[in-house]
Amino acid sequence: MRLDVILRIAAKLMIPFIMLFAIYVQFHGHYSPGGGFQAGVIIAAAVILYAIVFGISAALRVMPRAAVEFMVPLGVGIYAGTGIVSMLLGRPFLDYDPLLADPVAGQYWGVFIVEVGVLVTVAGAMLAIFYAFALRGRP
Amino acid sequence: MELISAIVEHYNYWAVIFLMVGGLYIVVAKSNMIKTLIGMALFQTSVYLLYLSPGKVLGGTPPILDKAIKTYSNPLPHVLILTAIVVGVATLAMGLALIVRINEAYGSIEEDEVIDLVDREDAAE
Amino acid sequence: MSLIQAISAAAGGAAAVPAGPALGLIEQLPGLQVALPMLGAVLAALLRPGWLAYAVMLVVALLSPVISFAILHEVLAYGPISYEMGGWEPPVGIEYRIDEANAFLLVLVSIMMAMVTIYAPRATASEIPARLHSWYYAMLLICFCGLQGMAITGDAFNIFVFMEISSLAMYALIAMGKDRRALVAAYQYLVIGTIGATFYVLGIGLAFALTGTLNLVDLAVKLDPVQDSRGALAALAFISVGIGLKLALFPLHLWLPNAYAFAPSVATALIASTATKVAVYILVRFVYSVYGVDISETMAYDTAFVLLLASIAMIAPSLVAVFQSNVKRMLAYSSVAQIGYIMVGVALLNEAGLTGGLSHLFNHAIIKGCLFLAVGCVVYSTGITKIDQMAGLGRTMPLTMGAFVVAGLGLIGVPGTAGFVSKWYLIQGAAEVGYWWLVAAIVIASLIAVFYVGRVVELAWFREARGAAASPRAPAPEMLAVTWALALAVLYFGFQTDISAGVPAQAAEVLLNGYTGGAMPVAETQGGVSLGE
Repeated sequence: MRLDVILRIAAKLMIPFIMLFAIYVQFHGHYSPGGGFQAGVIIAAAVILYAIVFGISAALRVMPRAAVEFMVPLGVGIYAGTGIVSMLLGRPFLDYDPLLADPVAGQYWGVFIVEVGVLVTVAGAMLAIFYAFALRGRP
Repeated sequence: MELISAIVEHYNYWAVIFLMVGGLYIVVAKSNMIKTLIGMALFQTSVYLLYLSPGKVLGGTPPILDKAIKTYSNPLPHVLILTAIVVGVATLAMGLALIVRINEAYGSIEEDEVIDLVDREDAAE
Repeated sequence: MSLIQAISAAAGGAAAVPAGPALGLIEQLPGLQVALPMLGAVLAALLRPGWLAYAVMLVVALLSPVISFAILHEVLAYGPISYEMGGWEPPVGIEYRIDEANAFLLVLVSIMMAMVTIYAPRATASEIPARLHSWYYAMLLICFCGLQGMAITGDAFNIFVFMEISSLAMYALIAMGKDRRALVAAYQYLVIGTIGATFYVLGIGLAFALTGTLNLVDLAVKLDPVQDSRGALAALAFISVGIGLKLALFPLHLWLPNAYAFAPSVATALIASTATKVAVYILVRFVYSVYGVDISETMAYDTAFVLLLASIAMIAPSLVAVFQSNVKRMLAYSSVAQIGYIMVGVALLNEAGLTGGLSHLFNHAIIKGCLFLAVGCVVYSTGITKIDQMAGLGRTMPLTMGAFVVAGLGLIGVPGTAGFVSKWYLIQGAAEVGYWWLVAAIVIASLIAVFYVGRVVELAWFREARGAAASPRAPAPEMLAVTWALALAVLYFGFQTDISAGVPAQAAEVLLNGYTGGAMPVAETQGGVSLGE
């Protein structure tokens, strides 16, 4: 008989809400403390919890190592790409004003996109670090 | 009396100094590499506190614009320290990864022992 | 990125640019200088196999010198450039501020990056496992991005961020060395480098608490009235020690020799020729531009102390270099000694001295880059790193060892080479203030260099080749070409001193004036970028 029933059930209950909280922190970063970095760490924490309770191979099926290592540069790419788009539109690097017709909306969506980039990189980096240590010495 | 009140009123700086000196001492005194990294992290943390504590405005709210709110905390130190924390996390991960590989290569995480082996390799050259 | 453009196009954003005239290519150059390597690093990390990542690095590395030369040209023609990151006006936003001093440094770093990149592919293939090539190139680009960012930015905290970006990449690069001692070297560098960076942030924190600003120009203005206060001096002390650790100022240099000795040859050449130089620039920027030369009157003992340390740094590590058995470590100790020369120039606090220091910064980067690349050729062809085994290499690999001899002469400072020019300025600077003991120290240190360079040259050219040295594999043409290009540069800059001493002289003048004394503040314009006064 397995003795980790409580852990498994509790984790199954909690992981969706942890993910949801991460999305809340991400989207609410404009109005309250939060943002891409915090959200990325929370998402990574959810996956790490899953890996601890259900085993690393189960976590690898959800988030393969290659995907995680792809996320790290991808997020930086989103960030730097936004900056380059601003430059192509004739403003300094990462000036969000010209991204949309209305500068305020431009700032809003510009920060949003950059924060998505931060989320992707941070979640990817945290998981990459976790996998690197957890999988060390395994085939 | 004045001296005591001067000490007590700046308790945040005392915390900073204690963490800083303690961290630096651990880095210098401990041979175990993991402990050295813990000391390094403490040392970095002291600087976070140094930035954050003067940034707090008593009675101030998080710095998000709203008509009802008059007093805000200074947001800049928080942003700076968020960056510094990210740097600290990256450094710590990098350091631990190096220690794992040093352990695989030398079979020890005691700096004394590893340095002995390194010196022997140097002498053999 | 296409998503962003789609959203932007859907909202008709591309047509409407809100405030100010659109920036042209020239005005965008400072942003590109840092954004390009960053984007290149992203692509290099995403692309497989390694040669695709290399192609990206090659494009970035060849474009960067073009950008930095254009910036240097703009600065020389129209004065300092200010670039507002994200469109936020300084001192609120992060400002990229380029004057003669850092434009010169940008040129140096980007040229060395271009040289090292052309040299890289075969050296990398022989030293790094194929599955790591993309990450290796990405690390080189991140390191380059961090160094360029440190050089270009005008924001004190931004300097810290870029410093750690480049340092983290360097730890990874050093740890990729073949020898297992590379791991220990990287670990020691990580601990010392992090403490250095934390000291730097601590100093910035004190200055920030005192003035409430992080913009270097603004900091200079606001520090001026409180310059002699305990807080300001403590900030300067923390910044100096922190950067001193990063630039390996004697006696804070203990991390350097092993880090250089065991890193892969391409990484060694890049780090040795740029990383410590950029750190020197940061120190110069704080001491001269932010605090101003007049601070030295308050700190007369401290500058004398730095001069003393620098002159020990010239001689002691040179002596240690003479007794090294590993050629890369010998060159690394010589680097510590050369940092001593540069610091002598910086601490002399007069124009000839500072010109000599900055000029030596440039010349030493080229000389040491050439020497490390020549050693890289030797390692590639024979696998030799010990000096004893290099006997007879001059006969079997004459081109490589020829370049080594030329650069070695530059290191000694023989007339007609680049090293002579900068040492001449240094001696002039020391004589100007009557420090004859310093002149003697410079000459003695150069004489010691004759021994350690001479030892390798004597072995390589006047002995019979044995073992691996007798039958080297044919060297790669592009590796030889780059090594010789730098060797010829050592000779060229021995006669033609417009760039290697002329620009530093102008930079020294700007630095001596400081941000507050005499130098005009950069005019603010609507467009976000202003060119000149």
